[in-house]
Amino acid sequence: MGFTASEKILARASGRETVSAGETVTCQVDLAMANDMTAPIAIKQFHGAGAKRVFDPEKICIVAGRHMPFRDEAFAKAVGGAGEFCREQGIRHFFANTEGMDHALVPDLGFIRPGMLVCNADSHTCTYGALGAFGVPMGSTDMAYIFAFGETWLRVPETIQVRYSGKPRKYVTSKDYVLGTAGVLGVDGALYKTIEFTGPALESLSVDERFTISNMGIEMGAKASLMTADNKVHDYLASRTNVPYQSFESDPDAEYERKIEINVSDLEPVVSKPHSPANVVPVSEVKGVRVTQVNIGTCTNGRIIDLQQALEILRGHKVASGVRLIVTPATDIIAKEAERLGLLDEFRAVGATVNPPGCGPCAGWHQGVLGKDDVCVATHNRNFPGRMGNPAAQIYLSSPYVAAATAVAGEIVSPEAIVS
Amino acid sequence: MIFRGHIHSVGNDIDTDQIIPARYLGSSDPVALRPGCFFNLIPNFADGVKSGDILVAGDNFGCGSSREHAPIAIKATGISCVVARSFSRIFYRSAINIGLPAIVCPAAVAFAKAGSEMTVDFDRGMVESAGQSAAFAPFGREILSIIAAGGLVPFMAQRLARQGATA
Repeated sequence: MGFTASEKILARASGRETVSAGETVTCQVDLAMANDMTAPIAIKQFHGAGAKRVFDPEKICIVAGRHMPFRDEAFAKAVGGAGEFCREQGIRHFFANTEGMDHALVPDLGFIRPGMLVCNADSHTCTYGALGAFGVPMGSTDMAYIFAFGETWLRVPETIQVRYSGKPRKYVTSKDYVLGTAGVLGVDGALYKTIEFTGPALESLSVDERFTISNMGIEMGAKASLMTADNKVHDYLASRTNVPYQSFESDPDAEYERKIEINVSDLEPVVSKPHSPANVVPVSEVKGVRVTQVNIGTCTNGRIIDLQQALEILRGHKVASGVRLIVTPATDIIAKEAERLGLLDEFRAVGATVNPPGCGPCAGWHQGVLGKDDVCVATHNRNFPGRMGNPAAQIYLSSPYVAAATAVAGEIVSPEAIVS
Repeated sequence: MIFRGHIHSVGNDIDTDQIIPARYLGSSDPVALRPGCFFNLIPNFADGVKSGDILVAGDNFGCGSSREHAPIAIKATGISCVVARSFSRIFYRSAINIGLPAIVCPAAVAFAKAGSEMTVDFDRGMVESAGQSAAFAPFGREILSIIAAGGLVPFMAQRLARQGATA
Protein backbone atom coordinates (compact mmCIF):
# COMPACT_ATOMS: atom_id res chain seq x y z
CA MET A 1 0.00 0.00 0.00
CA GLY A 2 1.36 3.40 -0.97
CA PHE A 3 1.32 6.64 0.98
CA THR A 4 -0.62 9.87 0.63
CA ALA A 5 1.14 13.19 0.17
CA SER A 6 0.09 14.12 3.72
CA GLU A 7 1.74 11.00 5.10
CA LYS A 8 4.92 11.73 3.14
CA ILE A 9 5.15 15.37 4.24
CA LEU A 10 4.49 14.51 7.88
CA ALA A 11 7.04 11.65 7.72
CA ARG A 12 9.63 14.14 6.50
CA ALA A 13 8.64 16.72 9.12
CA SER A 14 8.80 14.16 11.93
CA GLY A 15 12.07 12.64 10.77
CA ARG A 16 10.49 9.23 10.25
CA GLU A 17 10.87 6.83 7.36
CA THR A 18 7.10 6.48 7.02
CA VAL A 19 4.00 7.48 8.95
CA SER A 20 0.41 6.36 8.47
CA ALA A 21 -2.98 8.01 8.96
CA GLY A 22 -4.12 7.78 12.58
CA GLU A 23 -0.64 7.97 14.12
CA THR A 24 0.31 10.97 16.25
CA VAL A 25 3.74 12.39 15.48
CA THR A 26 5.91 15.25 16.70
CA CYS A 27 6.79 17.44 13.73
CA GLN A 28 9.39 20.16 13.14
CA VAL A 29 7.62 23.24 11.82
CA ASP A 30 9.17 24.92 8.76
CA LEU A 31 7.27 28.20 9.11
CA ALA A 32 5.31 29.43 12.14
CA MET A 33 2.89 32.31 11.66
CA ALA A 34 0.34 34.43 13.50
CA ASN A 35 -1.64 37.59 12.76
CA ASP A 36 -2.92 40.78 14.39
CA MET A 37 -5.65 38.92 16.25
CA THR A 38 -3.85 35.71 17.20
CA ALA A 39 -0.22 36.83 17.74
CA PRO A 40 -0.98 38.87 20.90
CA ILE A 41 -2.34 35.79 22.71
CA ALA A 42 0.53 33.63 21.45
CA ILE A 43 3.06 36.17 22.77
CA LYS A 44 1.26 36.42 26.11
CA GLN A 45 1.35 32.62 26.49
CA PHE A 46 5.00 32.48 25.37
CA HIS A 47 5.97 34.88 28.13
CA GLY A 48 3.53 33.27 30.58
CA ALA A 49 5.36 29.97 30.25
CA GLY A 50 8.65 31.71 30.96
CA ALA A 51 10.07 31.27 27.45
CA LYS A 52 12.89 33.67 26.61
CA ARG A 53 13.91 33.06 22.98
CA VAL A 54 12.04 31.82 19.93
CA PHE A 55 13.34 28.63 18.31
CA ASP A 56 14.43 30.35 15.09
CA PRO A 57 13.51 33.96 14.22
CA GLU A 58 13.96 33.22 10.50
CA LYS A 59 11.17 30.62 10.62
CA ILE A 60 8.60 32.94 12.16
CA CYS A 61 6.43 35.40 10.26
CA ILE A 62 3.83 37.69 11.79
CA VAL A 63 1.38 39.45 9.49
CA ALA A 64 -0.33 41.96 11.75
CA GLY A 65 -1.59 44.49 9.21
CA ARG A 66 -4.66 42.57 8.10
CA HIS A 67 -6.88 45.25 9.58
CA MET A 68 -4.70 48.29 8.96
CA PRO A 69 -5.63 51.12 9.51
CA PHE A 70 -6.49 49.97 13.02
CA ARG A 71 -9.96 50.64 14.32
CA ASP A 72 -9.35 51.21 18.04
CA GLU A 73 -6.79 51.68 20.78
CA ALA A 74 -6.80 48.11 22.04
CA PHE A 75 -6.09 46.78 18.57
CA ALA A 76 -3.33 49.30 17.89
CA LYS A 77 -1.75 48.44 21.23
CA ALA A 78 -1.91 44.69 20.54
CA VAL A 79 -0.23 45.11 17.15
CA GLY A 80 2.37 47.41 18.71
CA GLY A 81 3.12 44.69 21.25
CA ALA A 82 3.57 42.13 18.47
CA GLY A 83 6.03 44.48 16.76
CA GLU A 84 7.98 44.88 19.99
CA PHE A 85 8.16 41.10 20.38
CA CYS A 86 9.51 40.74 16.85
CA ARG A 87 12.19 43.39 17.45
CA GLU A 88 13.27 41.75 20.73
CA GLN A 89 13.39 38.32 19.15
CA GLY A 90 15.05 39.37 15.90
CA ILE A 91 12.03 38.31 13.79
CA ARG A 92 12.48 40.14 10.48
CA HIS A 93 9.28 38.96 8.87
CA PHE A 94 6.86 41.28 10.64
CA PHE A 95 4.31 43.01 8.44
CA ALA A 96 1.96 45.51 10.05
CA ASN A 97 1.78 48.35 7.61
CA THR A 98 0.17 48.29 4.15
CA GLU A 99 1.36 44.80 3.14
CA GLY A 100 -2.08 43.23 3.47
CA MET A 101 -3.24 39.81 4.58
CA ASP A 102 -1.07 36.75 5.11
CA HIS A 103 -2.68 34.06 2.96
CA ALA A 104 -2.22 36.10 -0.19
CA LEU A 105 1.02 37.75 0.95
CA VAL A 106 3.33 34.95 2.05
CA PRO A 107 2.92 32.79 -1.09
CA ASP A 108 3.63 35.89 -3.18
CA LEU A 109 6.80 36.57 -1.16
CA GLY A 110 8.04 33.06 -1.91
CA PHE A 111 7.81 31.94 1.73
CA ILE A 112 5.63 28.91 0.90
CA ARG A 113 7.17 25.99 -0.96
CA PRO A 114 6.00 22.45 -1.75
CA GLY A 115 6.58 19.90 1.00
CA MET A 116 6.77 22.46 3.82
CA LEU A 117 4.92 22.13 7.11
CA VAL A 118 3.45 25.58 7.78
CA CYS A 119 1.58 26.24 11.01
CA ASN A 120 -0.32 29.51 11.29
CA ALA A 121 -2.64 30.70 14.03
CA ASP A 122 -5.38 31.24 11.49
CA SER A 123 -8.05 28.96 10.13
CA HIS A 124 -7.34 29.64 6.45
CA THR A 125 -3.79 28.29 6.63
CA CYS A 126 -5.01 25.49 4.36
CA THR A 127 -4.64 28.01 1.49
CA TYR A 128 -0.94 27.04 1.17
CA GLY A 129 -1.97 23.58 -0.04
CA ALA A 130 -2.31 25.01 -3.55
CA LEU A 131 1.50 25.10 -3.62
CA GLY A 132 1.84 21.56 -2.24
CA ALA A 133 2.61 22.74 1.31
CA PHE A 134 0.93 21.20 4.34
CA GLY A 135 -0.65 24.25 5.98
CA VAL A 136 -2.23 23.55 9.36
CA PRO A 137 -4.28 26.07 11.29
CA MET A 138 -3.62 26.28 15.03
CA GLY A 139 -4.73 28.25 18.04
CA SER A 140 -2.54 30.86 19.70
CA THR A 141 -1.33 28.73 22.61
CA ASP A 142 -0.23 25.99 20.22
CA MET A 143 1.63 28.73 18.35
CA ALA A 144 3.33 29.90 21.57
CA TYR A 145 4.65 26.36 21.99
CA ILE A 146 5.88 26.30 18.39
CA PHE A 147 7.54 29.71 18.83
CA ALA A 148 9.45 28.27 21.80
CA PHE A 149 10.34 24.79 20.55
CA GLY A 150 9.79 24.76 16.79
CA GLU A 151 7.70 21.63 17.00
CA THR A 152 4.15 20.43 17.54
CA TRP A 153 2.19 17.19 17.78
CA LEU A 154 -0.06 16.29 14.87
CA ARG A 155 -2.31 13.37 14.18
CA VAL A 156 -1.61 12.13 10.65
CA PRO A 157 -4.90 12.71 8.82
CA GLU A 158 -6.80 10.43 6.50
CA THR A 159 -7.25 11.87 3.00
CA ILE A 160 -10.38 12.62 1.00
CA GLN A 161 -9.77 13.01 -2.72
CA VAL A 162 -11.82 15.55 -4.65
CA ARG A 163 -11.34 15.19 -8.40
CA TYR A 164 -12.52 17.88 -10.81
CA SER A 165 -13.12 16.80 -14.40
CA GLY A 166 -14.77 18.36 -17.43
CA LYS A 167 -14.71 21.90 -18.81
CA PRO A 168 -16.56 24.72 -17.08
CA ARG A 169 -18.99 26.88 -18.97
CA LYS A 170 -18.38 30.63 -19.06
CA TYR A 171 -18.74 32.35 -15.66
CA VAL A 172 -18.22 29.13 -13.69
CA THR A 173 -15.04 29.64 -11.65
CA SER A 174 -12.92 27.83 -9.12
CA LYS A 175 -15.12 29.46 -6.44
CA ASP A 176 -18.10 27.58 -7.85
CA TYR A 177 -16.04 24.36 -7.81
CA VAL A 178 -15.21 24.72 -4.13
CA LEU A 179 -18.65 25.95 -3.03
CA GLY A 180 -20.10 23.01 -4.94
CA THR A 181 -17.71 20.74 -3.04
CA ALA A 182 -18.76 22.26 0.31
CA GLY A 183 -22.35 21.55 -0.70
CA VAL A 184 -21.44 17.88 -1.13
CA LEU A 185 -19.18 17.46 1.91
CA GLY A 186 -20.96 19.77 4.37
CA VAL A 187 -19.23 21.96 6.97
CA ASP A 188 -17.75 18.99 8.82
CA GLY A 189 -17.44 16.41 6.04
CA ALA A 190 -13.66 16.61 6.10
CA LEU A 191 -13.21 17.12 9.85
CA TYR A 192 -9.61 16.19 10.87
CA LYS A 193 -8.86 15.07 7.27
CA THR A 194 -6.79 16.31 4.37
CA ILE A 195 -8.71 17.19 1.23
CA GLU A 196 -6.55 16.43 -1.78
CA PHE A 197 -7.79 18.30 -4.85
CA THR A 198 -6.90 16.84 -8.22
CA GLY A 199 -8.11 16.20 -11.76
CA PRO A 200 -7.84 17.78 -15.21
CA ALA A 201 -10.17 20.70 -14.41
CA LEU A 202 -7.95 21.62 -11.45
CA GLU A 203 -4.80 21.38 -13.57
CA SER A 204 -6.19 23.83 -16.09
CA LEU A 205 -6.65 26.49 -13.40
CA SER A 206 -3.99 29.12 -12.69
CA VAL A 207 -2.23 29.02 -9.32
CA ASP A 208 -4.24 32.05 -8.15
CA GLU A 209 -7.49 30.32 -9.07
CA ARG A 210 -6.35 27.25 -7.14
CA PHE A 211 -5.80 29.31 -3.97
CA THR A 212 -9.57 29.97 -3.98
CA ILE A 213 -10.16 26.22 -3.69
CA SER A 214 -7.47 25.33 -1.14
CA ASN A 215 -8.55 28.32 0.97
CA MET A 216 -11.97 26.83 1.66
CA GLY A 217 -10.84 23.39 2.90
CA ILE A 218 -11.43 24.59 6.46
CA GLU A 219 -15.06 25.36 5.62
CA MET A 220 -15.47 21.59 5.29
CA GLY A 221 -13.56 21.02 8.54
CA ALA A 222 -10.31 19.97 6.86
CA LYS A 223 -6.98 20.01 8.65
CA ALA A 224 -5.23 20.72 5.35
CA SER A 225 -5.91 21.15 1.66
CA LEU A 226 -3.35 19.66 -0.71
CA MET A 227 -2.65 19.85 -4.43
CA THR A 228 0.26 18.36 -6.37
CA ALA A 229 2.88 20.92 -7.35
CA ASP A 230 2.90 20.85 -11.16
CA ASN A 231 4.72 23.02 -13.70
CA LYS A 232 2.42 25.96 -13.05
CA VAL A 233 3.46 25.86 -9.39
CA HIS A 234 7.13 25.49 -10.26
CA ASP A 235 6.83 28.49 -12.63
CA TYR A 236 5.01 30.48 -9.93
CA LEU A 237 7.84 29.77 -7.49
CA ALA A 238 10.69 30.33 -9.96
CA SER A 239 10.24 34.11 -9.84
CA ARG A 240 9.63 34.17 -6.08
CA THR A 241 12.21 31.98 -4.37
CA ASN A 242 15.55 30.33 -5.00
CA VAL A 243 15.31 28.06 -1.95
CA PRO A 244 15.33 24.43 -3.11
CA TYR A 245 12.31 22.31 -2.25
CA GLN A 246 11.01 18.77 -2.54
CA SER A 247 7.49 18.10 -3.83
CA PHE A 248 5.47 15.16 -2.60
CA GLU A 249 2.57 13.45 -4.29
CA SER A 250 0.32 10.60 -3.30
CA ASP A 251 1.22 7.15 -4.60
CA PRO A 252 -1.24 5.67 -7.11
CA ASP A 253 -2.10 2.97 -4.57
CA ALA A 254 -2.39 5.33 -1.59
CA GLU A 255 -5.39 4.77 0.62
CA TYR A 256 -8.16 7.37 0.43
CA GLU A 257 -10.97 7.49 2.92
CA ARG A 258 -13.35 8.74 0.28
CA LYS A 259 -13.22 9.84 -3.34
CA ILE A 260 -15.52 12.49 -4.78
CA GLU A 261 -15.76 13.23 -8.49
CA ILE A 262 -17.17 16.56 -9.62
CA ASN A 263 -17.69 17.17 -13.32
CA VAL A 264 -17.42 20.93 -13.60
CA SER A 265 -19.22 20.87 -16.97
CA ASP A 266 -22.38 20.23 -14.96
CA LEU A 267 -21.91 23.24 -12.66
CA GLU A 268 -23.65 26.55 -12.95
CA PRO A 269 -22.72 29.63 -10.91
CA VAL A 270 -23.72 29.00 -7.30
CA VAL A 271 -24.05 30.84 -4.00
CA SER A 272 -23.92 29.73 -0.37
CA LYS A 273 -27.10 30.98 1.25
CA PRO A 274 -27.24 32.26 4.84
CA HIS A 275 -25.96 31.02 7.27
CA SER A 276 -23.58 28.28 6.19
CA PRO A 277 -20.91 27.90 3.50
CA ALA A 278 -22.38 24.45 2.77
CA ASN A 279 -25.86 25.84 2.09
CA VAL A 280 -25.15 25.88 -1.66
CA VAL A 281 -27.73 26.48 -4.41
CA PRO A 282 -27.56 27.56 -8.05
CA VAL A 283 -27.82 31.33 -8.54
CA SER A 284 -31.06 30.75 -10.45
CA GLU A 285 -32.68 29.55 -7.23
CA VAL A 286 -32.10 32.83 -5.37
CA LYS A 287 -32.49 35.14 -8.34
CA GLY A 288 -34.12 38.43 -7.39
CA VAL A 289 -33.00 38.61 -3.75
CA ARG A 290 -32.43 42.35 -3.12
CA VAL A 291 -29.03 43.29 -1.67
CA THR A 292 -27.60 46.31 0.13
CA GLN A 293 -23.91 45.49 -0.08
CA VAL A 294 -21.50 43.55 -2.30
CA ASN A 295 -17.95 42.74 -1.21
CA ILE A 296 -15.15 41.66 -3.51
CA GLY A 297 -11.89 40.59 -1.88
CA THR A 298 -10.39 38.40 0.90
CA CYS A 299 -7.96 35.49 0.96
CA THR A 300 -10.51 33.57 -1.12
CA ASN A 301 -11.05 36.03 -3.97
CA GLY A 302 -8.93 39.14 -3.47
CA ARG A 303 -6.33 38.54 -6.20
CA ILE A 304 -5.83 40.14 -9.62
CA ILE A 305 -7.86 37.57 -11.55
CA ASP A 306 -10.78 38.10 -9.18
CA LEU A 307 -10.69 41.85 -9.73
CA GLN A 308 -10.47 41.32 -13.48
CA GLN A 309 -13.41 38.93 -13.52
CA ALA A 310 -15.52 41.38 -11.53
CA LEU A 311 -14.68 44.17 -13.97
CA GLU A 312 -15.59 41.97 -16.96
CA ILE A 313 -19.13 42.30 -15.67
CA LEU A 314 -19.02 45.82 -14.23
CA ARG A 315 -17.47 47.55 -17.25
CA GLY A 316 -20.01 49.77 -18.97
CA HIS A 317 -22.41 49.62 -16.01
CA LYS A 318 -22.91 51.41 -12.70
CA VAL A 319 -23.40 50.00 -9.24
CA ALA A 320 -27.15 49.94 -8.57
CA SER A 321 -28.65 52.67 -6.46
CA GLY A 322 -28.92 51.57 -2.82
CA VAL A 323 -26.01 49.13 -3.10
CA ARG A 324 -22.54 49.59 -1.63
CA LEU A 325 -19.84 47.82 -3.63
CA ILE A 326 -16.68 47.39 -1.54
CA VAL A 327 -13.48 46.15 -3.19
CA THR A 328 -10.56 45.04 -1.03
CA PRO A 329 -7.35 43.84 -2.71
CA ALA A 330 -5.83 41.19 -0.43
CA THR A 331 -2.31 42.64 -0.43
CA ASP A 332 -0.39 45.74 -1.37
CA ILE A 333 1.39 43.79 -4.11
CA ILE A 334 -2.02 43.03 -5.63
CA ALA A 335 -3.29 46.59 -5.08
CA LYS A 336 -0.24 48.07 -6.82
CA GLU A 337 -0.59 45.69 -9.75
CA ALA A 338 -4.32 46.49 -9.95
CA GLU A 339 -3.46 50.19 -9.88
CA ARG A 340 -0.90 49.71 -12.66
CA LEU A 341 -3.47 47.88 -14.78
CA GLY A 342 -6.01 50.63 -14.13
CA LEU A 343 -8.40 48.24 -12.40
CA LEU A 344 -8.87 50.29 -9.24
CA ASP A 345 -9.77 53.39 -11.26
CA GLU A 346 -12.30 51.33 -13.16
CA PHE A 347 -13.86 50.14 -9.91
CA ARG A 348 -14.08 53.72 -8.65
CA ALA A 349 -15.59 54.83 -11.94
CA VAL A 350 -18.48 52.37 -11.68
CA GLY A 351 -19.20 53.54 -8.14
CA ALA A 352 -17.22 51.13 -5.95
CA THR A 353 -15.37 51.97 -2.76
CA VAL A 354 -11.80 50.65 -2.80
CA ASN A 355 -10.46 49.68 0.61
CA PRO A 356 -6.80 49.56 1.57
CA PRO A 357 -5.25 46.07 1.24
CA GLY A 358 -6.15 43.47 3.86
CA CYS A 359 -9.09 41.42 5.07
CA GLY A 360 -11.59 44.26 4.68
CA PRO A 361 -15.02 43.62 6.19
CA CYS A 362 -14.86 39.79 6.03
CA ALA A 363 -14.70 39.22 9.78
CA GLY A 364 -16.99 42.10 10.71
CA TRP A 365 -14.25 44.23 12.24
CA HIS A 366 -14.35 47.35 10.10
CA GLN A 367 -14.71 48.78 6.58
CA GLY A 368 -18.18 47.41 5.90
CA VAL A 369 -19.85 45.96 9.00
CA LEU A 370 -23.46 44.89 8.38
CA GLY A 371 -26.59 46.05 10.21
CA LYS A 372 -29.58 43.84 10.91
CA ASP A 373 -31.46 44.61 7.69
CA ASP A 374 -28.45 44.25 5.41
CA VAL A 375 -28.24 41.62 2.70
CA CYS A 376 -24.73 41.11 1.35
CA VAL A 377 -23.23 39.10 -1.48
CA ALA A 378 -19.55 38.53 -0.73
CA THR A 379 -16.68 36.68 -2.37
CA HIS A 380 -15.64 35.62 1.16
CA ASN A 381 -15.35 32.12 2.58
CA ARG A 382 -17.82 32.06 5.47
CA ASN A 383 -21.29 33.39 6.24
CA PHE A 384 -22.04 32.19 9.75
CA PRO A 385 -24.61 34.26 11.70
CA GLY A 386 -23.07 37.52 12.86
CA ARG A 387 -19.88 36.97 10.88
CA MET A 388 -19.95 40.49 9.42
CA GLY A 389 -21.86 42.28 12.15
CA ASN A 390 -25.49 41.86 13.15
CA PRO A 391 -26.55 38.17 13.35
CA ALA A 392 -29.75 38.92 11.41
CA ALA A 393 -27.77 40.24 8.42
CA GLN A 394 -27.94 37.88 5.44
CA ILE A 395 -24.63 36.90 3.79
CA TYR A 396 -24.45 35.04 0.49
CA LEU A 397 -21.07 33.72 -0.72
CA SER A 398 -20.28 33.78 -4.43
CA SER A 399 -17.67 34.17 -7.15
CA PRO A 400 -16.53 37.64 -8.25
CA TYR A 401 -18.65 37.27 -11.43
CA VAL A 402 -21.87 36.71 -9.48
CA ALA A 403 -20.95 39.40 -6.93
CA ALA A 404 -20.32 41.97 -9.69
CA ALA A 405 -23.52 41.09 -11.56
CA THR A 406 -25.46 41.45 -8.31
CA ALA A 407 -23.90 44.86 -7.64
CA VAL A 408 -25.13 46.08 -11.04
CA ALA A 409 -28.63 44.62 -10.74
CA GLY A 410 -29.16 45.40 -7.06
CA GLU A 411 -30.42 41.85 -6.68
CA ILE A 412 -28.86 38.43 -7.07
CA VAL A 413 -28.57 37.58 -10.77
CA SER A 414 -26.44 35.39 -12.97
CA PRO A 415 -23.58 37.12 -14.81
CA GLU A 416 -25.21 36.38 -18.17
CA ALA A 417 -28.16 38.57 -17.21
CA ILE A 418 -25.87 41.61 -17.10
CA VAL A 419 -23.57 40.81 -19.99
CA SER A 420 -26.18 39.87 -22.57
CA MET B 1 -10.78 14.97 38.36
CA ILE B 2 -14.59 15.22 38.49
CA PHE B 3 -16.74 18.06 37.14
CA ARG B 4 -20.33 18.41 38.30
CA GLY B 5 -22.73 21.15 37.22
CA HIS B 6 -25.87 22.07 35.36
CA ILE B 7 -26.13 21.57 31.64
CA HIS B 8 -26.20 24.47 29.17
CA SER B 9 -26.94 23.29 25.69
CA VAL B 10 -26.26 24.54 22.14
CA GLY B 11 -26.82 23.00 18.69
CA ASN B 12 -24.76 21.89 15.71
CA ASP B 13 -22.01 23.77 13.84
CA ILE B 14 -21.72 26.57 16.39
CA ASP B 15 -18.81 28.56 14.96
CA THR B 16 -16.41 30.78 16.86
CA ASP B 17 -18.09 33.95 15.54
CA GLN B 18 -21.19 32.83 17.42
CA ILE B 19 -19.17 31.89 20.51
CA ILE B 20 -17.51 35.33 20.61
CA PRO B 21 -18.35 38.00 18.00
CA ALA B 22 -15.57 40.03 16.41
CA ARG B 23 -16.32 43.23 18.32
CA TYR B 24 -15.05 41.60 21.53
CA LEU B 25 -11.71 40.58 20.06
CA GLY B 26 -9.82 43.76 20.93
CA SER B 27 -8.83 42.07 24.17
CA SER B 28 -7.95 38.52 25.20
CA ASP B 29 -8.66 39.28 28.86
CA PRO B 30 -11.18 36.72 30.18
CA VAL B 31 -13.02 39.40 32.16
CA ALA B 32 -13.56 41.46 29.00
CA LEU B 33 -14.56 38.41 26.94
CA ARG B 34 -17.03 36.97 29.47
CA PRO B 35 -20.05 39.19 28.59
CA GLY B 36 -19.50 38.50 24.87
CA CYS B 37 -19.77 34.74 25.17
CA PHE B 38 -22.61 33.53 22.88
CA PHE B 39 -23.66 37.20 22.65
CA ASN B 40 -25.71 36.74 19.47
CA LEU B 41 -27.01 33.28 20.33
CA ILE B 42 -27.97 33.30 24.03
CA PRO B 43 -28.40 36.79 25.54
CA ASN B 44 -26.64 37.19 28.91
CA PHE B 45 -25.31 33.63 28.75
CA ALA B 46 -22.61 34.27 31.37
CA ASP B 47 -25.14 35.48 33.95
CA GLY B 48 -26.90 32.12 33.88
CA VAL B 49 -23.75 30.05 34.43
CA LYS B 50 -22.77 28.85 37.90
CA SER B 51 -19.11 27.98 38.27
CA GLY B 52 -18.60 24.34 37.30
CA ASP B 53 -21.54 24.12 34.88
CA ILE B 54 -21.13 22.02 31.76
CA LEU B 55 -21.69 23.03 28.13
CA VAL B 56 -23.20 20.36 25.87
CA ALA B 57 -23.01 20.84 22.09
CA GLY B 58 -23.84 19.00 18.89
CA ASP B 59 -21.60 18.36 15.90
CA ASN B 60 -18.54 20.37 14.84
CA PHE B 61 -18.52 22.67 17.86
CA GLY B 62 -16.16 25.63 17.48
CA CYS B 63 -15.83 25.55 13.70
CA GLY B 64 -14.71 28.57 11.69
CA SER B 65 -12.17 31.15 12.81
CA SER B 66 -9.19 29.97 14.88
CA ARG B 67 -9.70 32.70 17.50
CA GLU B 68 -8.65 31.38 20.89
CA HIS B 69 -10.86 34.05 22.41
CA ALA B 70 -13.67 31.47 21.95
CA PRO B 71 -12.54 28.85 24.50
CA ILE B 72 -11.20 31.64 26.75
CA ALA B 73 -14.66 33.30 26.74
CA ILE B 74 -16.45 30.02 27.54
CA LYS B 75 -14.06 29.27 30.39
CA ALA B 76 -14.47 32.84 31.67
CA THR B 77 -18.20 32.29 32.19
CA GLY B 78 -17.47 29.50 34.68
CA ILE B 79 -18.12 26.56 32.34
CA SER B 80 -15.86 23.72 33.51
CA CYS B 81 -15.83 21.54 30.40
CA VAL B 82 -17.52 21.05 27.02
CA VAL B 83 -19.14 17.77 25.98
CA ALA B 84 -19.98 17.51 22.26
CA ARG B 85 -20.79 15.06 19.51
CA SER B 86 -17.72 16.40 17.68
CA PHE B 87 -15.40 19.40 17.74
CA SER B 88 -13.61 21.37 15.07
CA ARG B 89 -9.95 20.49 15.48
CA ILE B 90 -8.61 24.02 16.11
CA PHE B 91 -11.14 24.64 18.89
CA TYR B 92 -10.53 21.18 20.37
CA ARG B 93 -6.78 21.72 20.69
CA SER B 94 -7.11 25.30 21.91
CA ALA B 95 -9.70 24.42 24.56
CA ILE B 96 -7.50 21.70 26.01
CA ASN B 97 -4.44 23.97 25.76
CA ILE B 98 -6.06 26.68 27.89
CA GLY B 99 -7.43 24.21 30.45
CA LEU B 100 -11.02 23.83 29.22
CA PRO B 101 -11.42 20.06 28.77
CA ALA B 102 -13.26 19.05 25.58
CA ILE B 103 -14.95 15.66 25.64
CA VAL B 104 -16.28 13.78 22.62
CA CYS B 105 -19.29 11.76 23.79
CA PRO B 106 -22.23 11.50 21.37
CA ALA B 107 -24.17 9.22 23.73
CA ALA B 108 -24.06 11.80 26.53
CA VAL B 109 -25.18 14.54 24.15
CA ALA B 110 -28.18 12.36 23.30
CA PHE B 111 -29.36 12.03 26.92
CA ALA B 112 -28.32 15.48 28.16
CA LYS B 113 -31.22 17.79 29.09
CA ALA B 114 -30.58 21.51 29.52
CA GLY B 115 -30.84 22.46 33.18
CA SER B 116 -30.24 18.93 34.49
CA GLU B 117 -27.15 18.09 36.46
CA MET B 118 -24.25 16.32 34.73
CA THR B 119 -21.12 14.70 36.08
CA VAL B 120 -17.96 14.24 34.02
CA ASP B 121 -15.60 11.81 35.71
CA PHE B 122 -12.16 11.88 34.10
CA ASP B 123 -10.79 9.11 36.27
CA ARG B 124 -13.45 6.67 35.13
CA GLY B 125 -13.93 8.21 31.67
CA MET B 126 -17.69 8.51 32.22
CA VAL B 127 -20.37 11.14 31.69
CA GLU B 128 -23.53 10.80 33.81
CA SER B 129 -26.81 12.67 33.95
CA ALA B 130 -30.31 11.87 35.25
CA GLY B 131 -29.55 8.21 35.85
CA GLN B 132 -27.94 7.61 32.46
CA SER B 133 -24.26 7.23 31.77
CA ALA B 134 -21.88 6.88 28.85
CA ALA B 135 -18.17 6.25 28.48
CA PHE B 136 -16.09 8.71 26.48
CA ALA B 137 -13.11 7.84 24.32
CA PRO B 138 -9.83 8.10 26.22
CA PHE B 139 -7.49 10.96 25.34
CA GLY B 140 -4.24 10.31 23.47
CA ARG B 141 -0.90 10.45 25.27
CA GLU B 142 -0.05 13.99 24.08
CA ILE B 143 -3.37 15.42 25.22
CA LEU B 144 -3.29 13.57 28.54
CA SER B 145 0.09 15.02 29.38
CA ILE B 146 -1.18 18.55 28.58
CA ILE B 147 -4.29 18.03 30.73
CA ALA B 148 -2.16 16.55 33.54
CA ALA B 149 0.06 19.65 33.51
CA GLY B 150 -3.01 21.93 33.73
CA GLY B 151 -2.79 23.20 30.15
CA LEU B 152 -0.17 23.83 27.50
CA VAL B 153 1.38 26.90 29.19
CA PRO B 154 2.31 25.00 32.39
CA PHE B 155 3.37 22.08 30.17
CA MET B 156 5.69 24.47 28.31
CA ALA B 157 6.99 25.85 31.60
CA GLN B 158 7.84 22.32 32.75
CA ARG B 159 9.71 21.58 29.54
CA LEU B 160 11.60 24.89 29.76
CA ALA B 161 12.50 24.11 33.38
CA ARG B 162 13.83 20.69 32.36
CA GLN B 163 15.88 22.31 29.58
CA GLY B 164 17.16 24.93 32.04
CA ALA B 165 18.17 22.18 34.46
CA THR B 166 20.20 20.39 31.82
CA ALA B 167 21.64 23.48 30.11
